[in-house]
Amino acid sequence: MAEIRVQNLRKAFGDFVAVQDSNFVVEDGEFFVMLGPSGCGKTTTLRMIAGLELPTGGKILLGGEDVTMRRARERDIAFVFQLFALYPHMNVRKNIGFPLLAQGMASAEIRTRVEETAKLLRIDHLLDKSVSGLAGGDRQRVALGRAIVRRPKCFLMDEPLGTLDTEFRDLMVHELRELHNRIHATTVYVTHDQMEAMSMADKIAVMNHGVIEQFGSPREIYDRPATMFVADFIGSPPMNFLRFGGGLPRGAKEIVVQGAKVTVPEVREDVAAADMALGIRPEHIRFDDTSKLRGAIYGTEYLGTTQIVAVETADGIIKARVPAGIHLAPGEPVGLALSSARLSLFEKGTGRAVKTAMHDQAAEARHG
Amino acid sequence: MSLTTAHSVVAPSSNSKRIAGALVVGYALISIVPLLWIFATSFKTPPDSIAYPPKIVFQPSIEGYCNLFTTRTRQTPEYINSLGPATGFCDQTVRKRNMVIAGQSNFLPRFVNSLIIAFGSTFCAVFLGTLSAYGFSRFKVPLADDLLFFILSTRMMPPIAVAIPIYLMYRELGLSDTALGMILLYTAVNVSLAVWLLKGFIDEIPREYEEAAMIDGYTRLQAFWRTVLPQATTGIAATAIFCLIFAWNEYAFAALLTSGTAQTAPPFIPTIIGEGGQDWPAVAAGTTIFLVPILVFTILLRKQLLRGITFGAVRK
Repeated sequence: MAEIRVQNLRKAFGDFVAVQDSNFVVEDGEFFVMLGPSGCGKTTTLRMIAGLELPTGGKILLGGEDVTMRRARERDIAFVFQLFALYPHMNVRKNIGFPLLAQGMASAEIRTRVEETAKLLRIDHLLDKSVSGLAGGDRQRVALGRAIVRRPKCFLMDEPLGTLDTEFRDLMVHELRELHNRIHATTVYVTHDQMEAMSMADKIAVMNHGVIEQFGSPREIYDRPATMFVADFIGSPPMNFLRFGGGLPRGAKEIVVQGAKVTVPEVREDVAAADMALGIRPEHIRFDDTSKLRGAIYGTEYLGTTQIVAVETADGIIKARVPAGIHLAPGEPVGLALSSARLSLFEKGTGRAVKTAMHDQAAEARHG
Repeated sequence: MSLTTAHSVVAPSSNSKRIAGALVVGYALISIVPLLWIFATSFKTPPDSIAYPPKIVFQPSIEGYCNLFTTRTRQTPEYINSLGPATGFCDQTVRKRNMVIAGQSNFLPRFVNSLIIAFGSTFCAVFLGTLSAYGFSRFKVPLADDLLFFILSTRMMPPIAVAIPIYLMYRELGLSDTALGMILLYTAVNVSLAVWLLKGFIDEIPREYEEAAMIDGYTRLQAFWRTVLPQATTGIAATAIFCLIFAWNEYAFAALLTSGTAQTAPPFIPTIIGEGGQDWPAVAAGTTIFLVPILVFTILLRKQLLRGITFGAVRK
């Protein structure tokens, strides 16, 4: 297993820049997820790490070795494709043993290794079946088997659960994470599904238009989104934004939104006068009739333990996640109370998050 | 042929099914009757074969096949009687017509030539075609579209338009009337068909298969051999049949460029007519035997052939 270091990686297809200036480090044994909408450059980045695509610029280091321009077969990595790429003309055993055959391993040893791997993935009863008759989850396991049988430096996975139905997907998310906990293989996993990313990753890179918008743990990314894109992309329903104007001096603790004063985490930088946005996660909104921030109930979505309530405000609809027990009628006026310590501030023009007291805790947490 | 369906766009109505069925049966009859006629003629005696009105019911004879494989000379009855008993069924048959077998005819060597040239050129065309189709399918080839059009354009002219230049070139190169020359020529004609057909098939095979193999430690060529080729077998089989049918049936080039040692069966069979009267049963026998290999091949690979014809119509 090895660390993956990506430095100033760039890829252009003609005039289209798929990946610009990416920098990140996947530490040894880490489960790293690249998350983003389709066409954001995450798959291209993965393919460059694999050696299936050559970068236009930048470097890729695998375990300290520069492999940027090396052929795929010389990198000692394994790749799980979205459609699994199981060879239909070979049975399960041959599919899993295929990478070992390339190394010229003796057939007896291939047999042992394949059987070990199959046992690990609980597919040893399928070894002599044809791959075309397998169910989605089993195909997935065979594809994983083909990846881990060789014990490569790292695993690269390109939306491997994308084609599975929901039931299998939840099961496989669990299995993948469990497998990772057992073998501690450095893994780069690409997906557009935030639930997969949040539930499996040690670290997430959120990408958009070829740029990494934020790199951090799932918790950091959810609690302290670095940009409005990340705030909007992660979370369901996504973060609400309320506009407010004017600059902020360092040390400000209060802002005015729609005529109501809102306490926010202390601002740690001077912000020039510009359009700003207050970011509020739906679960950080409570109904409080004494609040000056007003709205009217627009509709509710009942989810069992909680409900998502859409509230119409002067700045459009915002969504709150509140306990399911509260009864609310459409049109009813409500006051909105916000959890001050958990609010984010953004510069609307650049989408960048403003540094606040919330970020010191993060810095402390990282250093302590 | 558009058959309108009033009620469903998916299921044809029973009426249109009936019309389609009638058309298929009609076309099959038109195609099959001449073949049956040739088959029947090959078992007739020469007088029966030219009888008028034509005989539908007749006494079968293998005289046509005897005549096809032998050369005969006409002799006086006294000479034939002095020869002693006939040595075989064919001998006996030809003696009834005051002839004796003088030797083997050229049919068998010509038939063998056809086999060598047709299968040889098919192999070469499919081999080259598969590799170039893979190249066009997977790599960024500069001017790929123009090259593909150029390859296709080699098929646009009728053979006779290029026959004279090829004849002159072959004479200079010493390729006239050689099996090698004919294999090269048929390969050149067929390779365009092979590239175009196979490119379609290989395009349908996801790239991930080779990519997976290359990541797992195989070279591009090994990945091609172990993952792409096994999945392209259907396409390769279909292409091979098309190439084989062309090379097997080709007449114009064969008639012009081969006359002796490398002559194929198509230009040879008509020459039988000239030997000792209009021997239609022998011609029919030659044609019948000539049809057998392609018939067997087509029946064996009919599924692939059907897929070859309809490929692209249904994706995945």
